Amino acid sequence: MESAKTIIETLHAKFAPGILKVDHSSDMPVVTVESSIIHDLIRFLKEEPAMGFSFLTTLCGIHYPDDPLPLGVVYHFHNLEKNLRIRIRTFVPSEDPQLPTVTDLFSAANWMEREAYDFYGIVFTGHPNLKRILNVEYLDYFPMRKEYPLEDPTREDKDDRYFGR
Amino acid sequence: MSEPALHTTLNLGPTHPATHGIFQNILTMDGEEILAAEQTIGYIHRAFEKIAEHRPYYQITPLTDRLNYCSAPINNLGYHMAVEKLAGISTNKRIDYMRIILMELARITDHLICNSVVGVDSGALTGFVYVFQERERVYEIYEEVSGARLTTNMGRIGGFERDFSPAAIRKIREFLQNLPKVLQEFEHLLLRNRIFMDRTIGVGRISAERALNYGFTGPNLRAAGVDYDVRVMNPYSSYDDFDFRIPVGSSGDTYDRFCVRQEEVWQSLNLIRNALDNLPEGAYHTDVPAYYLPPKEAVYDKMEALIWHFKIVMGEVDIPQGEIYHSVEGANGELGFYLVSDGGRTPYRLHFRRPCFVYYQAFPEMIRGGVLSDAILTMSSMNVIAGELDA
Amino acid sequence: MATMGAHYDLARFGSERLSFSPRQADLLMVMGTIAKKMAPVVQQVYIQMAEPRWVLAVGACASSGGIFDTYSVLQGIDRVVPVDVYVPGCPPRPEQIIDGFMKIQELVGNESIRRRNSPEYRQLLKDYGI
Repeated sequence: MESAKTIIETLHAKFAPGILKVDHSSDMPVVTVESSIIHDLIRFLKEEPAMGFSFLTTLCGIHYPDDPLPLGVVYHFHNLEKNLRIRIRTFVPSEDPQLPTVTDLFSAANWMEREAYDFYGIVFTGHPNLKRILNVEYLDYFPMRKEYPLEDPTREDKDDRYFGR
Repeated sequence: MSEPALHTTLNLGPTHPATHGIFQNILTMDGEEILAAEQTIGYIHRAFEKIAEHRPYYQITPLTDRLNYCSAPINNLGYHMAVEKLAGISTNKRIDYMRIILMELARITDHLICNSVVGVDSGALTGFVYVFQERERVYEIYEEVSGARLTTNMGRIGGFERDFSPAAIRKIREFLQNLPKVLQEFEHLLLRNRIFMDRTIGVGRISAERALNYGFTGPNLRAAGVDYDVRVMNPYSSYDDFDFRIPVGSSGDTYDRFCVRQEEVWQSLNLIRNALDNLPEGAYHTDVPAYYLPPKEAVYDKMEALIWHFKIVMGEVDIPQGEIYHSVEGANGELGFYLVSDGGRTPYRLHFRRPCFVYYQAFPEMIRGGVLSDAILTMSSMNVIAGELDA
Repeated sequence: MATMGAHYDLARFGSERLSFSPRQADLLMVMGTIAKKMAPVVQQVYIQMAEPRWVLAVGACASSGGIFDTYSVLQGIDRVVPVDVYVPGCPPRPEQIIDGFMKIQELVGNESIRRRNSPEYRQLLKDYGI
C-alpha cells in the first residue's frame, strides 16, 4: 500500500532539484515546487501507475505580497483508488506570472485556471480560452490580490464612517 | 452536416424561463441539432472568496448559506467542520448525529427540487407542486432548529446553538412518515412513464472516464458508473456508524441521474430514521469557550467567560495558523473548503471547491449532437445552481 | 419559489400565469443579487416591457446590494431601472413578497391614466438612460 512517505520519496527521486519544501504537518502532504517542473510533475502524478493521482479536486490562486515570489497556485489531487490526497503549491513572480496549463491532462482545469487568471492575473500558457470568467470583461485589475479593497471605491451611497472601514 | 453559412446561433440568454439560474449559453445549431455551445457565467458573482478574507469566522457562515441555497445546512455545517478541523476541535456523537439528520434533510430537499424540475422541463408540472409541499415541511423543521427557512446560518463552531426541541423532533418524525407516500406518488408519475423515459434515456450522456477527467462528483458522477461518495471515502461526522447504500447508474444519461437522485432520497430517509432512533445523549455543543459562546450565568460570574464572550461577539477570535482542506458530500457533489489561516481573526484565504462550477464545464460536450429540448433537460438534470456556480 | 407553491399560493392574488416573455408582462419581479455583469441585462428586459409596467425589487440585494458590499455587486437595481416597491428581507418570507405584491396592486389601482405620458415620468426614464 503506497503511503504518503513513499510517494514523497518517489517524487524526490525524480524531481529532486525542483522540490523546494515538503510539509507533513497539515492534513495531507504539501509539496512546494518550482514553477519550471510543475507540468512534468503533474503529468508524473497522473500517468505513473505507482502514483495514480488521476482526479484534480481543485486549483486556486493565492497571494503572499511579502514573499519574493508572491503569486501562487495550489493544486489538490486525489488518488481515488487508494484514497490519498496531495497538495502541490507553486509560486511565480508578480511582474510576469506565467505557468503552464494542465488542461491537456485534466479538462476540469479549464475553468479553474480561468478563475485563477480572473482573480490573480496568473497567465496559463497554452490554455485554449484564457479570458475572464466571473468578473466583467472590462475590469482592468485583478481583484483578489491583497492590494485591492473589497468594496467598490467609486460607490457614493454608503458612508464608510458607519461601516467601520 | 451543412456548411457553416447555414448554421444558426441561438442565445439561451441569462434570463430564460427554462434555465434555472442565470447563466448564458450561445448555441451554434444546424437546424435542430446542436453543434457547439459557448458559456458565459458570472452574472451573480458576489466575490465570496474576497469577502471571506475580510470577515471574522462567524460572519462567513451566512455567506456559505448562499452558495447552494437549495441545501444551505450542508454548506454551513461543512464550513464549521472545516474550521473545527483546523482548530483541532472534535465533536461528540450527539452533535454528529444531529448534523447528519440536518444534512440528509437538506440533501433530500435538493434532490426533490432537482427531480421535480426535470419533470417540469419535460412537461409534468404537477409533480413540482406536490413535492414542494414536502419541502415546506422541511422549511418548518429548519425554522425550529435555526430560526430561518432558506438561508439557515445553522450551527456553531463546535456544535449547535440550541438542542433539538421536542417540536423539531416531532416534525422530523412526521416528515419521515409523510414523505414516502408523496415520493411514491411522484415516482408513479414519472419513473416508468413512457413519455418521460423516451425523453430522458440516452440524453446528455457522458462516459465515466470523461466525467472523471472533468472533475465530476456527486450524483452526476455516480450516474456515469463511478461510486465515489465523500461520505464513504473520507467519512466525517460519524457517517461510518451507519450502513447506507450508494446508488450507481450505468450510462450517465439524464434518466440515470434522475434515478440515482431518487434512490438517494430513499437512502437519506433511512439514514435520518436511524440517526433519530439512535440519537445519543450528551451536550449539543463542545466545551470550547474560545469559539462557542459560554453560558450566560458564567458570563455574569467569571472573568474568563466574560472575556471569551466579548471576543467572540466582537469577532476577535483567532484561529490557529495552518491550512486545511475539508470536503463534504453536498447534494451536487464534493463541496470542498480550502482554508488558509495566518493566525488572525479572518481567514487568509478561503477557497470553495464548488461542484457545480467544476462539472458545468462539461455541458457543451454533453449536448453536442442533441436537440434543443434535450439541452434544456440535460441542464436541469445536472442541477446547476447559479449561487454555487458563481460564488 | 415557495411563494408560488401550494402553501403560500401567489395565484390567489391574481398572478397565476408567469409570463415567459417580458413583452407580455406587466410586472417585473427582480429577485436575488444583481451583479454588475447582469445590470445591462436587467435594463434590457425592462426596456422590452410595454407600458404600463411596474418593477418590484424583492430582497435586500436587489433593493440596495444587501450584505454584499463588494466591487462586483450592483448596489441596488434602482441604479438601472426605476423601482416601484421594495421588499426587504434576506430572503424575504413569502408573506412579505405577497404583501409587496399587494402594494403593487394598490399602486396599479390608484395610478392616474395620464401618468405614463407626463413630463415627470419621461424625465425619470431619461435619467435612467431608457
